[in-house]
Amino acid sequence: MKTFKVLGGGCRNCEVTANVITQAAREAGVDITLEKVTDMAEILGYGVMSTPGVVLDGKVVHAGGIPAPDQVRAWVRD
Amino acid sequence: MFERLGNLVAFQLFGLDPASHAGAAVQFFVMDVAKIFVLLVAVIYVMGLLRAMLSPERVRAFVRDRPDWQARGMAVTLGAVTPFCSCSSVPLFIGFVEAGIPLGVTFSFLIASPMINEVAAVILVGILGWQLAALYVVAGLLVAWFGGMAMQAFRPERWVEDYVWKIHMGEAATIEPDTSLLGRHRYAVGEVKEIVGRIWRWVLIGIAVGALFHGFVPAAWVTAHLGGDDWSTVPAAVLLGIPLYSNATGIIPVAEAMLSKGVAVGTTLALMMSVAALSLPEMLILRKVIRWPALALFAGVLAVAFTLVGWGFNLIH
Repeated sequence: MKTFKVLGGGCRNCEVTANVITQAAREAGVDITLEKVTDMAEILGYGVMSTPGVVLDGKVVHAGGIPAPDQVRAWVRD
Repeated sequence: MFERLGNLVAFQLFGLDPASHAGAAVQFFVMDVAKIFVLLVAVIYVMGLLRAMLSPERVRAFVRDRPDWQARGMAVTLGAVTPFCSCSSVPLFIGFVEAGIPLGVTFSFLIASPMINEVAAVILVGILGWQLAALYVVAGLLVAWFGGMAMQAFRPERWVEDYVWKIHMGEAATIEPDTSLLGRHRYAVGEVKEIVGRIWRWVLIGIAVGALFHGFVPAAWVTAHLGGDDWSTVPAAVLLGIPLYSNATGIIPVAEAMLSKGVAVGTTLALMMSVAALSLPEMLILRKVIRWPALALFAGVLAVAFTLVGWGFNLIH
């Protein structure tokens, strides 16, 4: 199962990003776990300064904005 | 073209009298909504295609380990060309501190970033002409440069929250961008949606305020009270701008209306800067990393700087 983390201090774009990922997973029928990381030390620990960022299975795949829908679908699928 | 559209809607569709207050206000509103949103979409799309936006992670890598003046010069320039969501200012601040970048340089970046950006600059040229756009940008760069230096003189390190010093940042994540034409197009469309989605309210409010000012405030009153002969109008404009907050683009139509009615250039610039760069929400976000004395100082330094800029330009003009 894939593990997603959305990095961000609780701004609106971070909420949107989390929702986009959850919805894409539901549409693809894939089980994922999603965690919202709001702790600054942990966010910066990933080397991310521009939020929201997305971590997939421990690797940063996106930073600095809401990810594009087809990008999210690709993460969920393969 | 936009003026014709404004005339068409206000005077023919609504049948308002061009000489009436409401007619002038509606004409201004329609004209500016069309003009600013067309410009906004076009500019953001083109910038997105060029992928001209630099990420703060890369700014950090550029600026670290440089002598002070070089670091400050880069921080100010990069701050001007990188728009970033104010919700990113906390991680950005911590990331800069962790890289050993002096706090004064970080403040220079934090001042320049909301005040100047390439989107607002292009729209300024489109609405107010290049001379005023250049004045605004140069004044903004100067304020960011000297504002950061002034902050440094007060040794702001003592007001940084303790936990900030303890954070260790991981290896900066590098994400390979998709540089094919289709990839660039998608990125640009995404940028347009994201940025317009975030700022359209500020822009509409700005245009509405500008339209009311344009339609209902008599030019004679403006010349008498805000013409620039009275030294106190500039600090008054700065104080008025502190509780008011808008995006740098949203304040442009207000400035347009003010200038067209004869408000002095320096007074208008001071208000624009104060509204764009000094805001309560931004201060509350920064409170997570620095304590109140530093925030009060930050507001004070900026207020003084904007006032000096306003007086300077009123004097020259």
